[in-house]
Amino acid sequence: MASQLIDGNKAVIVGALYAGCDCFFGYPITPASEILHEASRYFPKVNRKFVQAESEEAAINMVYGAAGAGHRVLAASSGPGMSLKQEGITYIAGAELPCVIVDICRAGPGLGNIGPEQSDYNQACKGGGHGCYHNIVLAPASVQEMCDLTRKGFDLAFKYRNPVVILADGVLGHMVEPLEYPKDAFVPVIDPTWAVAGSAETRGNLITSIELNFDEMERHNYKLQEKYERIRKNEVAWEGYRLEDASVVLVSYGISSRIARSAVDAARKAGIKAGLFRPIALFPFPVNALRALAERGCKFISVEMSDGQMREDIRLATGCKPVGLVSRYGGNLIGMESVLSKIKEVA
Amino acid sequence: MAAVEKVIGGHPGMYATFPRKGGAAPTATHYCPGCGHGILHKLIGEAMADLGIQDRCVVISPVGCAVFAYYYLDCGHMQAAHGRAPAIATGISRAENDSIVISYQGDGDLGSIGLNETIQAANRGEKLAVFFVNNSVYGMTGGQMAPTTLIGEVTATTPTGRDPQEQGYPIHICELLDTLKAPVFIERASLSDIEHIRKARRAVKKALEIQRDKKGYAFVELLSPCPTILRMDAKAIANFVNEQMEKEFPLKRFRDRSGEAGSINRAESDFSQEALDKAFGCESGVCVQFQDDPEFVAKGVKIAGFGGQGVLSMGLALAQASFGSGRYVSYYPDYGPEQRGGTSNCSVVISGQPIGSPVVDHPDVLVAFNRPSLEKFAPTVKKGGLILYDSQAGSFQAPDGVRAISVPATGIAEERGIPQAANTAMFGALMQAGNLGLPREAYGNAFKVTFAKKPKLIPKNLDILEAGAHAARVLEMSSKK
Ligand SMILES: Cc1ncc(C[n+]2csc(CCOP(=O)(O)OP(=O)(O)O)c2C)c(N)n1
Ligand code: SF4
Repeated sequence: MASQLIDGNKAVIVGALYAGCDCFFGYPITPASEILHEASRYFPKVNRKFVQAESEEAAINMVYGAAGAGHRVLAASSGPGMSLKQEGITYIAGAELPCVIVDICRAGPGLGNIGPEQSDYNQACKGGGHGCYHNIVLAPASVQEMCDLTRKGFDLAFKYRNPVVILADGVLGHMVEPLEYPKDAFVPVIDPTWAVAGSAETRGNLITSIELNFDEMERHNYKLQEKYERIRKNEVAWEGYRLEDASVVLVSYGISSRIARSAVDAARKAGIKAGLFRPIALFPFPVNALRALAERGCKFISVEMSDGQMREDIRLATGCKPVGLVSRYGGNLIGMESVLSKIKEVA
Repeated sequence: MAAVEKVIGGHPGMYATFPRKGGAAPTATHYCPGCGHGILHKLIGEAMADLGIQDRCVVISPVGCAVFAYYYLDCGHMQAAHGRAPAIATGISRAENDSIVISYQGDGDLGSIGLNETIQAANRGEKLAVFFVNNSVYGMTGGQMAPTTLIGEVTATTPTGRDPQEQGYPIHICELLDTLKAPVFIERASLSDIEHIRKARRAVKKALEIQRDKKGYAFVELLSPCPTILRMDAKAIANFVNEQMEKEFPLKRFRDRSGEAGSINRAESDFSQEALDKAFGCESGVCVQFQDDPEFVAKGVKIAGFGGQGVLSMGLALAQASFGSGRYVSYYPDYGPEQRGGTSNCSVVISGQPIGSPVVDHPDVLVAFNRPSLEKFAPTVKKGGLILYDSQAGSFQAPDGVRAISVPATGIAEERGIPQAANTAMFGALMQAGNLGLPREAYGNAFKVTFAKKPKLIPKNLDILEAGAHAARVLEMSSKK
């Protein structure tokens, strides 16, 4: 299949269109704007639907409408825009609608800046809006994965009727790497059992998240939690690098995992048995695999561009072992040397 | 809310009974007696049934007393977040060309929290009928001030009456929307009594006819009695609407362009692989197999200069040359705060194995187009590394253990009449002296890909490429002597 050199943000659009994504609704924000630009360019070429919305709130509600009509729908944003979308996302989760939302994370809090960070981890993985719900969260670490995980995101979104967040960052969005194009194009069909598509066969359907009866609302919560359990059971995804005999394990996702990988090689050269554990899905978090490594006596370091948001999950997974942290903020990437010196300190 | 339930089950366009609502009165609504919502439901139901469009209709119920419109109207339903119905409507309407979307909203929902969505959907001319229930208060939450609350009107949050000094004036939504070009139909009607309801019925039907014919945006405001919150009996509330509300909100057909308006149709999505391959230009794309080659020592290149000097396109060309040679490659443009200040830089990593960080902190080769870049990045170059800099940057002493070559890149490009091709000359120097482990022809081939859309520029650029290489060769030889 053909390969091209393209940037991560465009790769999202490639993945989405080959996944049968029908609509894109967006609002400009750096460093995610290229996704919007590429969508405005490519969606109309194949008669897919593109709207530049008046705000991120409007954009996510357009997603709600088109997803409610049974279509494959994509939205993309970054920190401040993701915060605005949280209202819509909890409604989408409550009404059990499928969609894919790409977060090209930037530095915060507040307006922060347009440099990369991974500080939207909690917002993406723990719900983010009100109520008990979870997004499925996938974390690409290359341009190829920006495409492939976007596509996989649509499959998961429809398998579970659940919002999927692709959690990336400014570097992944802007870096250019070879992309191997998808080998086939998915042709979606509307599921008349739940969609509301303005048609005879879907006339009896209803998309809603309100339920006044306490017991019914509780039952709905149980139903959602049962779904999240199935997701936890079936959709764990991670990749190991030189873990077989590792005594120090770096846990890292996205762009930071690539720096961590270089640090593993450097540590091995220096005679330290280091390895990398890279979660590809952040929700569900790979709890069992990390626990197994902990039981083997491994020491852990979380390498993330946030204040240990993921480290909390590693701690829980590993039975509250101490977990080291290497982090940077404000748009700065983690340096390979600082990871290496932390490995030396822990080993 | 409801003290006594009002029976409307079995009316045209309504469900015969209301199982979604449940409870003891399967054909009664949850609305208060005398409430305008129940009347408007009937009008919408009748019009849908009359026009035979129920299969195509999707009603979006708001946050407000009408949140459960889906108990009653016999069509498809979505329930919205507070004020977001017009955005949801946009999503449905864009996705489903044949759908008829109805947004049903109260004054708090539409005129306050959702005013932006309201105006923007109207301004885009979405295929959408909006029914706007103006009852001058927030009903569902217990009678707080609404954007349409009258001057002096007492509400739960204006206990001494609405004071324009403090709370401003009532918002006139029809008049606001009437300033926009796109809407096809705008009317304000009233649900106060039989006579008014007759007129309102015509307006509701008109708005849905426009939807049936896919003509665009139709807006109907309905002055509506809320006897419960306003604590009035049937007669008093009718008087309030007819006299006080109508004085502030005159009934009027603001606009009807349904005669001129054509129908809006959006083409069906094309999901075929052929169409996508064509759109992305990858039917004839190259297929590159990356071979793991641990022997190949990874190289990091940093390119920096002023914006407009072709820093980023040179980086992309180098990435292309590496890609074409089957090497793993990454390119990363630094888009930090300096971008606005006029300088830019990018990193290219070339490797025989999957690449770790795409950001080059310690380059093997630094290409600097100007003095500030040279001074900033020269100290970061690895021992044994190389600096190529434009001669225009002036004389420069390389750090210990680093080679530096002053390349007259701008001069070469200017001599050949394309001053903006200094980066091509520099690319030639990189090909000559960079020692990046890429075959020479990869550099020229990269241009053929980059300039695929402007083939006329290729020969001239190849010429400049060679001139850059030549200059570097001469300088290298002289420095060895
Ligand atoms: C984001 C959000 N804020 C506030 C509320 C609470 N709320 C429910 S209904 C309502 C007011 C609705 O008033 P209006 O639109 O005038 O409709 P009515 O009830 O009068 O028909 C409010 C503020 C909410 N559900 N969501
Ligand atoms: S409170 Fe007012 S708007 Fe709400 S149902 Fe009762 S009369 Fe109608």
